[in-house]
Amino acid sequence: MLNKIYDWVDERLDITPLWRDIADHEVPEHVNPAHHFSAFVYCFGGLTFFITVIQILSGMFLTMYYVPDIKNAWESVYYLQNQVAFGQIVRGMHHWGASLVIVMMFLHTLRVFFQGAYKKPRELNWVVGVLIFFVMLALGLTGYLLPWDMKALFATKVTLQIAEAVPLIGPYIKTLLSGHSTIVGAQTLTRFFAIHVFFLPAALLGLMGAHFLMIRKQGISGPL
Amino acid sequence: MHRGKGMKFVGDSRVPAERKPNIPKDYSEYPGKTEAFWPNFLLKEWMVGAVFLIGFLSLTIAHQPPLERIADPTDTAYIPLPDWYFLFLYQLLKYSYASGPFTVIGALVIPGLAFGALLLAPFIDLGPERRPSKRPLATGFMLLSIAAVFYLTWESVDHHDWEAAKKQGQIVDVEIDKNSDGYKIAQAQTCTSCHGGELAGGAAAPSLLDSKMSAEEIADVAKNGKGSMPAVFKGSDEELQTLAEFIDGLSE
Repeated sequence: MLNKIYDWVDERLDITPLWRDIADHEVPEHVNPAHHFSAFVYCFGGLTFFITVIQILSGMFLTMYYVPDIKNAWESVYYLQNQVAFGQIVRGMHHWGASLVIVMMFLHTLRVFFQGAYKKPRELNWVVGVLIFFVMLALGLTGYLLPWDMKALFATKVTLQIAEAVPLIGPYIKTLLSGHSTIVGAQTLTRFFAIHVFFLPAALLGLMGAHFLMIRKQGISGPL
Repeated sequence: MHRGKGMKFVGDSRVPAERKPNIPKDYSEYPGKTEAFWPNFLLKEWMVGAVFLIGFLSLTIAHQPPLERIADPTDTAYIPLPDWYFLFLYQLLKYSYASGPFTVIGALVIPGLAFGALLLAPFIDLGPERRPSKRPLATGFMLLSIAAVFYLTWESVDHHDWEAAKKQGQIVDVEIDKNSDGYKIAQAQTCTSCHGGELAGGAAAPSLLDSKMSAEEIADVAKNGKGSMPAVFKGSDEELQTLAEFIDGLSE
């Protein structure tokens, strides 16, 4: 049955070469923990991706309840956590996943750095990877405000002060982020929500696509 | 591959009519114990992922994600703290050479140099050597940066008053009956101007919602003052009694 469906689609769209490109590639011995246990260091990148998928899925479920508005944001998070079935688990996955993704990315970065895997011809992939790192940090920063509790508000005020300290363009950056030159309020929350849920994930998906395309094209770096 | 004349297509599309076989590549000629990603290696990855997911879900069950009380912009006494992975930057800004008039150094120059160097590492560390021991500068600077990040994070955690932080963010779910006599007396006797309309405390005064004192002690403090609390109560003994019992009732 499945084969027939596959054949039906393949006849019309010729998906076999596409499928082979995606699924079929070699895993060299030196990156395979089944043969060399120390090769577990090569798992960090994959785990980062895995947690990113968890973040995207749990985030999608969070937006079913979350309201980006200063009157209801905190109430909706409180309700989600205390009243909704498995709400605590979903929010917990998103909260702890945010920390874990940073840890995994840090380890992945160190693995690539200390192995010198970023050297020619993989310079571009390293640059894209560090950009992903920045996007992830920005996601953490903007997501921190969204529950609209005490620590969220005051940490964001500090962040905006730091942004304001940038010479020349500082005040403009601050106004762009918070929606007002002095008030951190309703506009700030909706802007951070938009940045956290639309702008940064879009950038992240594009960068990750490039990251994976390059690793597939070049293959993983050889043993030291 | 068949090209040009004689090619057959599916309908009027550009998809060739000739089907290609869906056969995995043969990796037997590859060096060492190379294996195919699909499906052999993916299955192992899947198992690692499953084990990881179980651990992760256990974490989310064991530890509730924190939520403090709803943001109150008027509470100027609140000590802010960013998420843990920004603590090193936050700590850096506390040092005198990186704050005040030098904020640009702490907020922009030092992090900019560090992260800029990280971004451009392949163009700085240009030699062909890959082993860490053969490129001492790259390795050295990275180890130094890691040590600095860990040290700053540690210092930040160490300096933070976690007891006070826990207290200042606590969700207080005490319902105050603002039509009660006790609350009206509290308003009339200016209690609310320092302790706040919700009696949850402010920059100058502690919260009245979790006081450990008895009604008699509260009455005494209201009438005679204590520490930085002035003697504010100017009403009758009956009102004092009502007020003290009202505030004592909040902490139950």
